[in-house]
Amino acid sequence: MIEINILLVFMIAAALIAVQVKDLLSSVIGIGAVGIGLSMAFLVMKAPDLAIMQLVVEILSLIILIRATIRKDLPFSTSGRWAFNTISTIIFLILFLVFAYLSFANIHTFGNPAIKTSQEYLSHVQGKAANLNIVESIMLRYRAVDTLGEASVLFAVVIGVLAIARRAWRRDGAE
Amino acid sequence: MITYFLCLVLFSIGLFCAVRKRNIIKIIIGIGIMEYAVNLFFILIGYRAQGRSPILARDQAITNIVDPLPQAVALTAIVIGLAVMLMLVALAIRIYERYGTFDITKINRLKE
Repeated sequence: MIEINILLVFMIAAALIAVQVKDLLSSVIGIGAVGIGLSMAFLVMKAPDLAIMQLVVEILSLIILIRATIRKDLPFSTSGRWAFNTISTIIFLILFLVFAYLSFANIHTFGNPAIKTSQEYLSHVQGKAANLNIVESIMLRYRAVDTLGEASVLFAVVIGVLAIARRAWRRDGAE
Repeated sequence: MITYFLCLVLFSIGLFCAVRKRNIIKIIIGIGIMEYAVNLFFILIGYRAQGRSPILARDQAITNIVDPLPQAVALTAIVIGLAVMLMLVALAIRIYERYGTFDITKINRLKE
């Protein structure tokens, strides 16, 4: 399965560029590259619904981030204990990766999933044949309350964003 | 196994960015990278080698498709991630309006 590794290396390179580049707009473009790479990775991993959804979400978040960063820049500063903090952060991240790698012994190897819960779902879905897309069947039949909760979270976010940013946007419009 | 590890490397790049950068937009970008890595890890857990997409067909069985349950979970998580990013950007724009900077070390005036 070499394609997914190539895509992951591309995503890691784009993420490093997004993290380290000084210009904010270039950084936003970098995370856009990570998101498009993720969409292609979903397609390679046989998840077409997720690929479509990720593409739409990526474009929307890119527009929002560009709206936030346009004409606003920040010079890079190295005051404080910059070297000490950076080195200690990197050491702890390396420790995290080492322990995570050791814990991989406890989960199944890549490409051989132990499908147990989905088997129950699938046997029900196959008998009724309500929807050919199994992911949509699970979303609409077994996780319907969860989807309703997701919709209410979206409404709550819209109300929250309006409450936070209403005055700021009105001032923008007056300019 | 190397695939899981590369996914976790992507997660740690996002964590480094969120912990170590001072610009609020960079912190939001780090949180976004972490979220991408976690969504991808869900899908990698459910992948079956030479498996098909989870769409019903006549000869479709549980042994030749990828696991559909992590995909249904990640579908919700992607949309919630967009909502979180919208909220964070609104807060960042508000902070910029009030303090004139994105630098978190300069935002120390609690009231005025």
